[in-house]
Amino acid sequence: MTIATALDRTLTAVPTELAHGRGGGGPAPKRIVVAYGFWIFILSDMVMFSALFAAYAVLSGNNAGGPTAPELFNLRNVFISTMCLLLSSYTCGIGVLSAEREQPTLFLVFAILTFALGAAFLFIEATEFAGMVAKGAGPWRSAFLSSFFTLVGTHGVHVASGLVALVYLMAQVRTHGLRPAVLRRLLCWSLFWHALDIVWVGVFTLVYLMGGH
Amino acid sequence: MSRAARPPSRFLRLRWSVLGAALLLASCVPAGILDPQGPIASAQLLLLINSTAIMLVVVVPVIVATLAFAWWYRSSNTDTARSLDESYEGRVEFVVWSIPALTVILLGGVIWIGSHQLDPRAPIAGKSDPLRVDVVALDWKWLFIYPDLGVAAVNQLVIPAGTPVKFRLTSATVMNSFFVPQLGSQIYTMGGMITHLNLLADGSGEYPGFSANFSGDGFSWMRFVVKSVPTGDFTAWVERTRGTGSGLDDASYAELARPSQNVPPTTYRSVEPKLFERVLDQTTAGPGTADPSRHAGG
Amino acid sequence: MLGRLSWSAIPFDEPLPLLSGAVVGVVILAILVAVTIKGWWPYLWREWLTSVDHKRIGVMYLALGLVMLLRGFSDAIMMRTQQAIAVGSAQGYLPPQHYDQVFSAHGTIMIFFVAMPLVIGLMNFAVPLQLGVRDVAFPVLNSVSLWLTATGALLINLSLVIGNFARTGWTAYPPLSELAFSPDVGVDYYLWSLQISGIGTLLTGINFVTTILKLRAPGMIYFRMPVFCWTALAANLLIVAAFPILTATFMMLLLDRYVGMHFFTNDAGGNQMMYVNLFWAWGHPEVYILILPAFGVFSEVVATFSGKGLFSYRSMVWATLAICVLSFMVWLHHFFTMGAGANVNAFFGIMSSIIAVPTGVKVFNWLFTMFRGRIVFQTPMLFAVGFIVTFVIGGLTGVLLAVPPVNFVLHNSAFLVAHFHNVIIGGVVFGALAGINYWFPKAFGFTLDERFGHASFWCWLIGFYLAFMPLYALGLMGMTRRLEHIPDPSWQPLLLVAEVGAIVIFCGILCQVAQLFVSIRTREQRRDLTGDPWNGRTLEWSTSSPPPAYNFAVLPKVETIDAFWQMKRTGRTPVAPAYEAIEMPRNSPAGFITAFFATVLGFSLIWHIWWLVILNFVAAVIVVLIAGWSIEREEEISAAEVAQMERAGRRPA
Repeated sequence: MTIATALDRTLTAVPTELAHGRGGGGPAPKRIVVAYGFWIFILSDMVMFSALFAAYAVLSGNNAGGPTAPELFNLRNVFISTMCLLLSSYTCGIGVLSAEREQPTLFLVFAILTFALGAAFLFIEATEFAGMVAKGAGPWRSAFLSSFFTLVGTHGVHVASGLVALVYLMAQVRTHGLRPAVLRRLLCWSLFWHALDIVWVGVFTLVYLMGGH
Repeated sequence: MSRAARPPSRFLRLRWSVLGAALLLASCVPAGILDPQGPIASAQLLLLINSTAIMLVVVVPVIVATLAFAWWYRSSNTDTARSLDESYEGRVEFVVWSIPALTVILLGGVIWIGSHQLDPRAPIAGKSDPLRVDVVALDWKWLFIYPDLGVAAVNQLVIPAGTPVKFRLTSATVMNSFFVPQLGSQIYTMGGMITHLNLLADGSGEYPGFSANFSGDGFSWMRFVVKSVPTGDFTAWVERTRGTGSGLDDASYAELARPSQNVPPTTYRSVEPKLFERVLDQTTAGPGTADPSRHAGG
Repeated sequence: MLGRLSWSAIPFDEPLPLLSGAVVGVVILAILVAVTIKGWWPYLWREWLTSVDHKRIGVMYLALGLVMLLRGFSDAIMMRTQQAIAVGSAQGYLPPQHYDQVFSAHGTIMIFFVAMPLVIGLMNFAVPLQLGVRDVAFPVLNSVSLWLTATGALLINLSLVIGNFARTGWTAYPPLSELAFSPDVGVDYYLWSLQISGIGTLLTGINFVTTILKLRAPGMIYFRMPVFCWTALAANLLIVAAFPILTATFMMLLLDRYVGMHFFTNDAGGNQMMYVNLFWAWGHPEVYILILPAFGVFSEVVATFSGKGLFSYRSMVWATLAICVLSFMVWLHHFFTMGAGANVNAFFGIMSSIIAVPTGVKVFNWLFTMFRGRIVFQTPMLFAVGFIVTFVIGGLTGVLLAVPPVNFVLHNSAFLVAHFHNVIIGGVVFGALAGINYWFPKAFGFTLDERFGHASFWCWLIGFYLAFMPLYALGLMGMTRRLEHIPDPSWQPLLLVAEVGAIVIFCGILCQVAQLFVSIRTREQRRDLTGDPWNGRTLEWSTSSPPPAYNFAVLPKVETIDAFWQMKRTGRTPVAPAYEAIEMPRNSPAGFITAFFATVLGFSLIWHIWWLVILNFVAAVIVVLIAGWSIEREEEISAAEVAQMERAGRRPA
């Protein structure tokens, strides 16, 4: 089955006599409404991350005589975790495409890969945090560290929630199959996962690359 | 569905009488900002009046028109022409956008020029040799240090009339705002940071000052008085202060910094050098700068 | 075991909160007992508490807002009274520890639990009807939003009797709001209450942006939407863009307080100015979130009660969108006195004045709608005229405050307090009251009593002027805000006038309560049998009053602005169209259950009952996962049922 016909299953046609191109086509189909709403949610989450980025930008120089970024960041480890996360976006994409093509087994394989890569990312990050705390560079040490832990940590919490949700959705696929409602949820989940990737690119650049020297 | 409209002339009578009363009351009591005693405050009052006048030119006709239209086009009025199908008229549209736009362009110019002329950081134009005063906001009183003269005072600020005063301000605790309405601009005082202000009192007088940013239980009592005196009297005051009372060193400052309210004006005969800078450092140094007795467990 | 909660948290030694808490407790208990005795629980559960119908949710939001108005107003009158008597050597009856809580609670409640619910309630009720669709995009999420807001309101009211509220003002600036200077539960109540309800509001924003942009009747292109829907769109875009900033900011302050971080502390590199910037980056769009729907209500009301289409619909839309965008570019005007420098101050001052342009355009458009119209003075129209006059005064003082050098002498003064009450009461409150009077017959099938409506208007109007004009004068005379004690006896006459004003407003509130009672008692005389009591112009008036659950049996096909007006002029489409089965979402207890978990979460976090936090969180996650398992959430109303409901609901036009 081609991608086009697969997508047809989940899209219902808009009545042509009213679709004037200025939004006069009547209420949109459910799949579009759900995805659109989820996009708006993701945008709002981006706004929240922007505030955290702004806080980091303001406070990154305020280390109160304590440890500084170059002293703390291990760019090699962060590069590995970044690659894990980026790769997980790729496997996520393949997984969702498989789902839309009604290939549940393939979907599950790539979902498991995505989970593993995401978990690896979190593991590396958790070790980084633990190491910093052990060195006396916890979030309570200075404003720089507060903003660092909060920005990176909030992203990590999002990733962790995404992993929990992924397991849940894998279970739903196994039980309900690849019905339209389940596919909608998968679509939303993949949007979330890719958005986290985008945020991470920002974090990697602004925090690690720019702060690391 | 429709009924005879209540005569909205009551609008006119009640509204104007209330507004009139308020304005009358306001104009009766020249005080605070309406009673400027220095060039900064005078300039700011002038700006206030001018900006208000510019806007009243638009606002008064709008209010009159609203009440007039409401009255004239009430459904029970049989004398009037109506055009219930009209909902657009290009010329009206043009005027509707132009009036606010022009007003705002005018105001924009006023804002740009005024903001630069009355920047608190800017030294008072045409005057030289300002008196330096360092201000520390405490819970809940004001400490004024004269770094060049080596004296300090609490809750009173004596300054020579006609001489510009150059302030550096900070807070030892939470955010406050140093404000003497009759002399002009207020400025926030913040822990670990310095803000700057320049004011001048034209003549002699006593002017109330206070904190204009809420800072806790003792906030209402965080008032001080500015005494503007002739230059000779000021020099005499400094001499007298150097001869009486105690000095402001680290110990007495720590005592002063404990939370207290309604503190009567006092003076200090000497000031530990660089005390202001050390207050700044202490505030950013770490926990322990805030006195736990500040909050009585409520 | 119970964290820092102990018996000392209950104010046994403070008569005022103890007594008021007891009274409220008794009233709530009486209501619960009455409902139980009358056997209304099944009805309430089925028809209201688990409803996902936007009309029901809208009514519940409005009810929440109006009830909280009573709480917020009692705070107000307590403040007015204290300021009227605590002059010179008199100390008044409220010591600073209490006065500070009262004004903090007043601001917080009025903004978050009165104004927001009123505005969101009106949008909930009217927007889907005006768009000609059956419900919002995510009805279950809508219910969750309502109940999260209710949770926030509950928490803040709990602070009255268990513990205390913040003593920082509604803006909670650090370092005053940090642990070092506010170690007790007050600021935590503030932060968790608003964080929880903030999530609800954000979900509303997502819901309505999606609804307005993706769910409209066939043929309703963007420039055929009613103006209220445009203002709702702008307000909800602002919610989506601004509330996450508040969430992040409060998260940072919470981390400072709970984990010892240093975002805003005095020490270790914290920056209190950053809080001020972030707070107002949310705070300024917030006031536009409140006022834009009010503007929308007035656009509908002025057009309807002038019997004339809104003047220049297009420029109204562009003005609305301009305000939406510009509202993000002015936030610094809330702290000109923080020392940003002349260039920055001037920029933000100019931007703040620019936002007066589209606002002015709107005022002129309303005026020209009235011009040569046929105006009938039902209660909503009274509020509209009162609004225009009052709001332009508030706008004048606002632009005045936008001039930085003038701001330097007026910032944080009674003048500022008068200004924002001027625009909020004159704009948002009047708009909410107009909207309630306007749409009440649609919601309940009978109009509200006009006499008490008029009486409440006059009391609110006169009361507002008496209460706040003196504050303008006092600000000019040098009185700052948030004073628990008044230093200058010459201010007392004006403060007494302000007290009288507050009492007159109280009479207005009493009139509203009376209006409700009288209207219900005499409802048969004012039944709305046609669904169109005001000769309206937009689609909601084409349904019965109240509309059926599905709003429209057949979605209307829209060809113009003011679709219903055009339908009336050209004759309606023939009755008895071909009905089809309608899919409607099932009721859901999700909202109510979410509120339960959120309340326990908030309370246990505030009081540091860590085991309960963890237990509650785990339980909530489990419940969500179990509840989310089912994927079929709709039920079908068959075509025959639809036909029958239509026949029953419709009376001859």
